[in-house]
Amino acid sequence: MSRSASKGLWANIMLNIKNLHVKLEDEDKVILRGVDLTVEAGKVHAIMGPNGSGKSTLSYVLSGRDGYEVTDGSAELEGEELLDMDPEERAAAGLFLAFQYPVEIPGVGNMTFLRTALNAQRKARGEEEVSAGDFLKLVREKAASLKIDADMMKRPVNVGFSGGEKKRNEILQMALLEPKMCILDETDSGLDVDAMKLVADGVNALRSEGRGFLVITHYQRLLDHIKPDVVHIMANGRIVLTGGPELALEVEKNGYTDILAGVE
Amino acid sequence: MMALAQTRLDQLSARIAGLHFPSTGWQGKARGDALSRLGEVGLPAARDEYWRYTAPAKLTAAEVKADVSKGEVAFDETDALRVVFVDGVFDAAASDDLAMDGLEIVRLADAVTDIHWAAEIYGQLETKGQTPVVRPLATLATAFATDGLLIRVTGKATRPVHVVYIGKSDTSDAILHHCVMLEKGAEMTLLESGDAAARFTSNLEVDVAEEARFHHVRLQGRNADRRVNTHIFARIAEQSTFKSFTASINGTMTRNEAVLDIVGDDAIAHVAGATVGDGRDFHNDDTVFITHAAERCESRQVYKKVLKNGATGVFQGKILVKPGAQKTDGYQISQSLLLDGDSQFLAKPELEIYADDVKCSHGSTSGAIDDTALFYLRSRGVPLRRAQSLLVLAFLAEALSEIEDEALAEDLRLRLEDWLDRHEG
Repeated sequence: MSRSASKGLWANIMLNIKNLHVKLEDEDKVILRGVDLTVEAGKVHAIMGPNGSGKSTLSYVLSGRDGYEVTDGSAELEGEELLDMDPEERAAAGLFLAFQYPVEIPGVGNMTFLRTALNAQRKARGEEEVSAGDFLKLVREKAASLKIDADMMKRPVNVGFSGGEKKRNEILQMALLEPKMCILDETDSGLDVDAMKLVADGVNALRSEGRGFLVITHYQRLLDHIKPDVVHIMANGRIVLTGGPELALEVEKNGYTDILAGVE
Repeated sequence: MMALAQTRLDQLSARIAGLHFPSTGWQGKARGDALSRLGEVGLPAARDEYWRYTAPAKLTAAEVKADVSKGEVAFDETDALRVVFVDGVFDAAASDDLAMDGLEIVRLADAVTDIHWAAEIYGQLETKGQTPVVRPLATLATAFATDGLLIRVTGKATRPVHVVYIGKSDTSDAILHHCVMLEKGAEMTLLESGDAAARFTSNLEVDVAEEARFHHVRLQGRNADRRVNTHIFARIAEQSTFKSFTASINGTMTRNEAVLDIVGDDAIAHVAGATVGDGRDFHNDDTVFITHAAERCESRQVYKKVLKNGATGVFQGKILVKPGAQKTDGYQISQSLLLDGDSQFLAKPELEIYADDVKCSHGSTSGAIDDTALFYLRSRGVPLRRAQSLLVLAFLAEALSEIEDEALAEDLRLRLEDWLDRHEG
């Protein structure tokens, strides 16, 4: 009951990160030093920052990857604490991470993978599983819009895929799983302009009132195609600057060093 | 040859004391010869080079007692001619009519005529397979086999022959010997499944003539107390194909030996296996010896073992390329997935090459489940156990893909998946 009450309170807040501190599990290396970030439903937030600022770590910690220890703070998805959940529970709750380096899994067919994932999430939410026929229809429709051909669907997950194909496959998963909160980690890395446009179109098609986006990127160019509502600059494990889309242009023009010098 | 030490003689005498020795008829000479060879080499002992990783005691003990209640018969969806052996004895009532277009089947115990085609094979391929490495338990099977099938394939067999083994007595000690002769251009698929007895020792001799095709798929399923030593001896002639696959699930002592002799040009010989085992009592050994004695032949060995909770897997695989066997293409891979730190995989890959224009590769690996792949699956909502099963099945997939018939491969894949479901955690 308290859960639904808190949900009501945060009705349009999708992701709420408070004072998040994270270190490496096996080393005394602190990576996040108090991240505060709120992403509203229907909005696209971008996080930019120099290499090593903690951007990718934030995405891994939110999705539940091993190897990190949260020493303080919280991260809630629609009012529910993410950090207490297993990765698969976070996914079923509506969180999705598009990987910077999508993983190759020899021996597991892409179709099997997608269907297993979709049905596992539906089952976890108490929904009915999608039949083989309906699933096929669904995949065909989503794949076509991302120019993913049947051959790619038949191959093992990401095995032998080009960089662009891997990223398109990530967006296809996102389209199928229909998450509430999408985190895109350096989705533009390794893509040429045409591939980036295809991926951006796929993301833009998923923008909706009920869905939040966190786009992590080093360069501004992806944000030409996926227009953010809010831009954050991350440095040394903290959000140090927040502004509108113009902030990304400033990064592009002046580089991180100048901007960060102004902050500190 | 030196006389056998007294202790080994005693051990051999104890092992064969209660065994049946039919010394008459067309098999008489081969059996007598085998008995005298056995007297020279004795039973395998722990210090023998080819038994370094597998203690032979469970296979050589004078008596045996084992649970036979968990045998698993496979391929029920496949339309096949079923031949049933109960505790190693042919069961006519439970078997189908042995007549089929394209092949003749005779029960070994019924093959009493003085002159028989199988005389050219029975014990002959086994004898050849004793060089350069002795395989005493194969010799024992030649001498003391009580039953088996003699299959002559004259054309294209219309459906597979499925040998179904059923174990009923917990002290049964079955010794079988099968001979298959494929005539020129003939084709057949031989299936085997079930647990034959408390202990099972067997030979399968296969003579594949020119342009013939032999497919063999078997399941050793589920019984954790299984004690079995099988041997395949094959002679593979010009432009013929020999393919054998074994899925081995559980079993306290399983040793499968395959000795393949490629004697004709442009022939193909593949052996593969998928093994899953859980616990300290699990021991599984694949021992393969492939000889290339002809030109432009291809051989493949693909073995995958999934081991957990202190299980042991062994692979001994050899490719011998004889002088003149040019353009040989030999491939060998043996891999284990160790699901914890207690399990072990012992591999001895060997290449011995006496021709200069050949392509041979071998690889052997042991590893754990890939954490990155596991996280990727979980991040998409796949629960941990299911994600692990998917990755284990993916690991086994390369071996299963060696089976040509997709329905047979799917049957075994489902059984392996079922095992994973039952052995979670």
